[in-house]
Amino acid sequence: MASAVESLPVSGNHQPSEVRTCETTSLPVCLTAQQFIRWHAVVAVVFLLIGGIGALLLGLTRWPAVHLLDAQWYYRILTLHGLNMLIFWILSFEIAVLYFAGTVLLNTRLASKKAAWACFVLMVVGGIMVDIAIMNGKSDVLMTSYVPLKASPDFYLGIILVAVGTLIGVINYLATIYIAKRDHTYEGAVPLVVFGATAAAIIAVVTVLHGAVVMIPTFLWSMGWIENVDPAWYRITWWGLGHMSQQVNVCAMVSIWYLLATLTVGAKPLNQAVCRTAFVLYILFINLASAHHLLVDPGVGPGWKIWNTSYAMYLAVLASIIHGFTVPASVEAGMRAKGFTRGLFGWLAAAPWSNPGFSGFFLSLIIFGFGGGITGVVLGTQQINIMAHNTLRIPGHFHVTVVGGTTLAFMALTYYVVPLIFQRDFYAKALCRIQPYVFGGGITLFALGMSFAGSYGVPRRHWDVEFTGSQLAMGFDSGAYTMLGVMGIGALVAVTGLFMFILLVVAAVFVGPKIAGQAMEPWHEERQAPADAAAVDEDEHHTPGTLVLAGVFLLTFAVYYFANWKWLSDVWEVR
Amino acid sequence: MSIYNPPAGWFKAPAGVERLWVGLALTWCIIMSIAMPYWHFYGKQNPTGESYKVSVQEYGQRVAEFVKDNQVGDEGGIPIVEIPPGGDGYLLARMWSFYPIIKLKQGQTYRLHLSSSDLQHGFSLQPLNMNFQVLPGYDHVLTITPTSSGIFPIICNEFCGIGHHAMTGRIIVE
Amino acid sequence: MSERDPDNKHPLEKLMDNPWLLLVLGVVIPTVSYTVWGWIELLALPPATLP
Ligand SMILES: [Cu+2]
Repeated sequence: MASAVESLPVSGNHQPSEVRTCETTSLPVCLTAQQFIRWHAVVAVVFLLIGGIGALLLGLTRWPAVHLLDAQWYYRILTLHGLNMLIFWILSFEIAVLYFAGTVLLNTRLASKKAAWACFVLMVVGGIMVDIAIMNGKSDVLMTSYVPLKASPDFYLGIILVAVGTLIGVINYLATIYIAKRDHTYEGAVPLVVFGATAAAIIAVVTVLHGAVVMIPTFLWSMGWIENVDPAWYRITWWGLGHMSQQVNVCAMVSIWYLLATLTVGAKPLNQAVCRTAFVLYILFINLASAHHLLVDPGVGPGWKIWNTSYAMYLAVLASIIHGFTVPASVEAGMRAKGFTRGLFGWLAAAPWSNPGFSGFFLSLIIFGFGGGITGVVLGTQQINIMAHNTLRIPGHFHVTVVGGTTLAFMALTYYVVPLIFQRDFYAKALCRIQPYVFGGGITLFALGMSFAGSYGVPRRHWDVEFTGSQLAMGFDSGAYTMLGVMGIGALVAVTGLFMFILLVVAAVFVGPKIAGQAMEPWHEERQAPADAAAVDEDEHHTPGTLVLAGVFLLTFAVYYFANWKWLSDVWEVR
Repeated sequence: MSIYNPPAGWFKAPAGVERLWVGLALTWCIIMSIAMPYWHFYGKQNPTGESYKVSVQEYGQRVAEFVKDNQVGDEGGIPIVEIPPGGDGYLLARMWSFYPIIKLKQGQTYRLHLSSSDLQHGFSLQPLNMNFQVLPGYDHVLTITPTSSGIFPIICNEFCGIGHHAMTGRIIVE
Repeated sequence: MSERDPDNKHPLEKLMDNPWLLLVLGVVIPTVSYTVWGWIELLALPPATLP
């Protein structure tokens, strides 16, 4: 009976008029969930567009040869860019992902349509409020709005509304998995993708609670009803919002990796217990890493710093290193099972690189792992952070996690969401196929330039590396200028990829050919395994290519880690 | 298949290369877990965050006294102040300068206090690229030993308003 | 699959089957370890004794 679970006809809990069967995947799609997935996705792309215009202006300002905006507009647009990208775009898309994973993969209806409405309205209204508060010039406080820097009250109120809306959406997801279990719409454990989505949802709850605790008093203070908000207390609590929200992204992104690996190449995780254990480690420990932002702060001591920045002895890093292996291994196992068994990397060479769902996913995996993962752990090492705090090394790091990793994974998924959920086809598929490469390549170049400029000491969030008008003159090494130029070129390429994505998606969603009632056209032709290949690999643990890739990764990690300790030992002694 | 309920019996211990990989990853995590406490006790660069509560007024007064007692020069109207070796020096971050210019001797150890009289600021010592956070209401004490000499600009790397990019200071080491 | 007694599950498998317990742990662990401990450090901070 055990083997029959996958094909068992489980009835679900839908009203017959509230569900359709997907023609491509045969999965049951709850129509209420579908409606809200569409809306959240559309709103997400609008926020992405706002943030993207900001990205272009900022890239052209921090490129010293161009230096486009004046100081006031630079900080204003930086505030806008941060909030629209890191919070509004990502959270909107994540709510759509939760609704998908909760309903479609568990064969259930969405728990509450009213709650979905409330979530949607609050998130949209809150986001618009914040954007207006920024653009009317009274909230040039950057995304972190560190007190005692003060924004206008509607700025904080808008963030509170977005947070409450998100919380309602997350609770709706949790209620959905509850009724699915209650109504026995599935058998056995939930699918791996749902498990990962649940991890993201749980982390989102902690995030939003911290957001409420920090933003409500700050809002009251901006109204003049509270005397004072302590800056150190604010930093600890705000980073509960600011950093934990990025851990939601990590969980959502890894879940999407598993989802896309399945959709594009029929990947098979070797051992789901391992993958799920890694998600459990995320839930329990990844949020301690909010301490990354406070490693050179006054107020908190070395014990607190070392324990929390290490995610409780690197247990969440262990989880990431595990996913970094199990995800490509699932692809390799899937490809080898189809007969692509030649050599170490025959499976990788034969992968569907022209399918933007696959290329976006795999580039996201590589960029996040080699770029974001390694730099994140190294810069988050308590002592090494002395050489990184508030320099461009920090945004250099998080543009390869949140942009090259999460956003690229979301883009890759969108190449399936549009045909499967919007039931529209893309135009200009050749452009779709190259878009992940343009975006991924651009953001990688951008982050490299940024990180190296940061190593020269160039600060983040800083309008003028010439320090025009300062009492005591200061300037940077010419190498820093070269790196800022690399960053600027990378920004142009990445923004090009971003605008390509938005144009392709908007065209498809609003005027694309309707494909309701038919299966989506596959992004790639199934290739035949080479005739001379060895027999199909029966040993599912035979993934030597992944082991080599992962070994290279660990070696790179170790080299960069110890090199940074060496550089640290060259600076002044300090306690 | 990650989008379907796993078949019964999915919960099992890792085997083969996966088991090997989990072992390698765990080993690496243990190495990193040891490195930070090790450096805390045996390394020479540690952001311990020694700090105290202080009012903006008190700290401002202490800076003024420090400048009055230890001034050794002047540059463009900004006092140059030498901290006695082993002694305490007080640096004030404010919109938009670090006050005063601090003078040190190479190889000597000092207690350098940092605080702000208005917003949050970032103490970023260049070209060494050593960075520490400065908060109003908190006296952040760095016990530093300069191991090189020369003129070291300080820049602010925490956003502090429209003049943030012009906020600089200086440490001179002889 | 009758040989799989649900009470014989590994504790970790039981934890994975229980999103509510995961939710509680996921909220409590970071809140205590990061947030509350951090707040306590701030509260315990002595006043500066400026000579
Ligand atoms: Cu400043």
